Amino acid sequence: MIEFLQQLINGLSQGSIYALIALGYTMVFGVLRFINFAHGDIYMLGAFAGFYTAPKLLSLTGGGPSYAGAALVLVAAMALCAAAGVIIERICYRPLRAQPRLTVLIAAIGVSLFLENGGQFIFGADPQAFPEIIADSAIELPASWGDFASLTITIGQVIVIGSTVILLAALRTIVLHTRTGMAMRALSLNPLAASLMGVNNDAVISFTFAIGSAMAGAAGILTSIQQPSIDPLMGINAGLKAFVAAVLGGIGNIPGAALGGVIIGVLEALVVGYVNPTYRDPLVFAVLILVLLFKPSGLLGKAEREKV
Amino acid sequence: MTRFFTILSALLPGVVFSVASAADPFRVGEFASLTGASASFGQSSHKGTELAVEEINAAGGVLGRPIELITEDDQSQAGQPATIVRKLISQDSVVAVLGEVASSKSLEAAPICQQNKIPMISPASTNPKVTEVGDCIFRICFIDPFQGTVMSKFARENGWKKVAVLTDVKQDYSVGLAEFFMKDFLANGGQIVREQKYSTGDKDFKPQLTSIKASQPDAVFVPGYYAEVSLIAKQAKLLGLKVPLLGGDGWVGDSLLKVAGKSLDGSFFSSHFSSDDASPKVRNFVDKFKAKYGEVPDDMAALGYDSAMILADAIRRAGTTDSGPLRQAIASTSSHDGVTGKITLDAQRNASKSAVILTIGGGGFHFVKKVEP
Repeated sequence: MIEFLQQLINGLSQGSIYALIALGYTMVFGVLRFINFAHGDIYMLGAFAGFYTAPKLLSLTGGGPSYAGAALVLVAAMALCAAAGVIIERICYRPLRAQPRLTVLIAAIGVSLFLENGGQFIFGADPQAFPEIIADSAIELPASWGDFASLTITIGQVIVIGSTVILLAALRTIVLHTRTGMAMRALSLNPLAASLMGVNNDAVISFTFAIGSAMAGAAGILTSIQQPSIDPLMGINAGLKAFVAAVLGGIGNIPGAALGGVIIGVLEALVVGYVNPTYRDPLVFAVLILVLLFKPSGLLGKAEREKV
Repeated sequence: MTRFFTILSALLPGVVFSVASAADPFRVGEFASLTGASASFGQSSHKGTELAVEEINAAGGVLGRPIELITEDDQSQAGQPATIVRKLISQDSVVAVLGEVASSKSLEAAPICQQNKIPMISPASTNPKVTEVGDCIFRICFIDPFQGTVMSKFARENGWKKVAVLTDVKQDYSVGLAEFFMKDFLANGGQIVREQKYSTGDKDFKPQLTSIKASQPDAVFVPGYYAEVSLIAKQAKLLGLKVPLLGGDGWVGDSLLKVAGKSLDGSFFSSHFSSDDASPKVRNFVDKFKAKYGEVPDDMAALGYDSAMILADAIRRAGTTDSGPLRQAIASTSSHDGVTGKITLDAQRNASKSAVILTIGGGGFHFVKKVEP
């Protein structure tokens, strides 16, 4: 029982990372109807942004790991990733907006390969040690909880789950309660009508990319707190799993992305802990196949009929 | 008259070349993982090999000719060793190949060297299958059937009767070493309370470690490579798994302590070489290595050095680099005084050598004991 709860906690923490990355996939799909395959590599850029800015930012807050310092690093990484996302959209995707969907999809694959191999060239292909921005340790549970006191929840896990909840809430507020959010929703329904209603499509699309990339950047930093070994190819695996999470939850559906992320994270932890760790990846992709076969619109998505 | 000069000038290159051929270098190929996830292995072994080649050439080379070391990077990726070894043999026409540290990579390249009858000397691959490929494949280190028993005996000596094992299923080295450890441990009354697995490149081990923690072991055997071991140690400590970790020579990598920090303190692993060794030969080697590279050599560097020295000595003894005689000369290496000990190759082309057990603490490795075969 305790072991099961422990695996749930592990899965929730890992699932939060997938949820943050999945948000980017889902928002871009919702607004532009295309899968940004380079999104997983933005996550990698976030981790490296933290790697390079952490020493300077931590020295501003007193030298060692600290919550203030970590918050600074998080904000810096999110800002840098947002900028990267906007630049990529501007250079690679906007010129192709009038082209068939397939063209921009292939362009996205190209951007992904460029980021991965460029990263290997610039940052070096060897794994690097991410600096400690938070003194991570297990939280002592009160002995009065009896058996449950032997559960281990680390500060890092609490921060990951907490940050994800906060970021999700912030995103929901933006999408539902701001004019820009309304513009995003309008764009996802009908771009032409939105532009006729005075929405600046280009600006809203850039904003969507910025937010999605910032989420991925945050995911990169939050991961590195617990797994401080970063390398330029780390975005491949995480990006794929987050993509599956987005599809599972309903691509284009924001709460769906979060739900999908958590489900994938927990499923992974349970398979690895109880069945066989080698089945971790096959399971996740089996989920993808099953979802596409039986409920392609995902758990929370609505089946769309395309009127020709 | 012009005819005479034409013929003379045509003959001149021939004269020049025949003078040069006396100092033609022996071309020796080296394949190592200079970049990528196991870059530390390749960088270390390459530095040791390079130092040895420099020393040999400074002393006049072998049979009056210098050695030219042609090094190729396999980027720690499967599939690459085969490609680059083929290139070394066919394009660079090397007389012998040095490499690799990781058993999986040696296993990839060995059939190619065997097919072309080019002797291959692995400095540090410990999986027994490597030399079983053929009679042109040699190694100058001990093999995992021995290394497995070293840590098994150490665990039993420390009273750790219940051990959990965490294996990297993508590496032949890890799978083999785990098997040999478990065989010896079970045969001597120990208990394997849980077996868990992971793959090279994984970053999250909390599910496996949670399962291991629930089995309440006295120690955990992690026969993997340093990149994953460092994360495993960190996450184990976070999860409250306080028992010592045990490992093998795959732990030796520069990022091990950088990533793991204090979480590996009090853990033990078996290895080929201790830079604390007081013997004059080792101290001499450590000083020369520090002078050239500014860092203390680890066992991959020491083995890289010994592998090049043994190859040069074999060429000297054979008097030629023709495959047959060279092969035989390497096979008959006996009591070679290396920095990793006295090296004698047996009939299976493996070396029977002692292992050292090191512990981790205070940011470095410390010698615990030597174990004879």
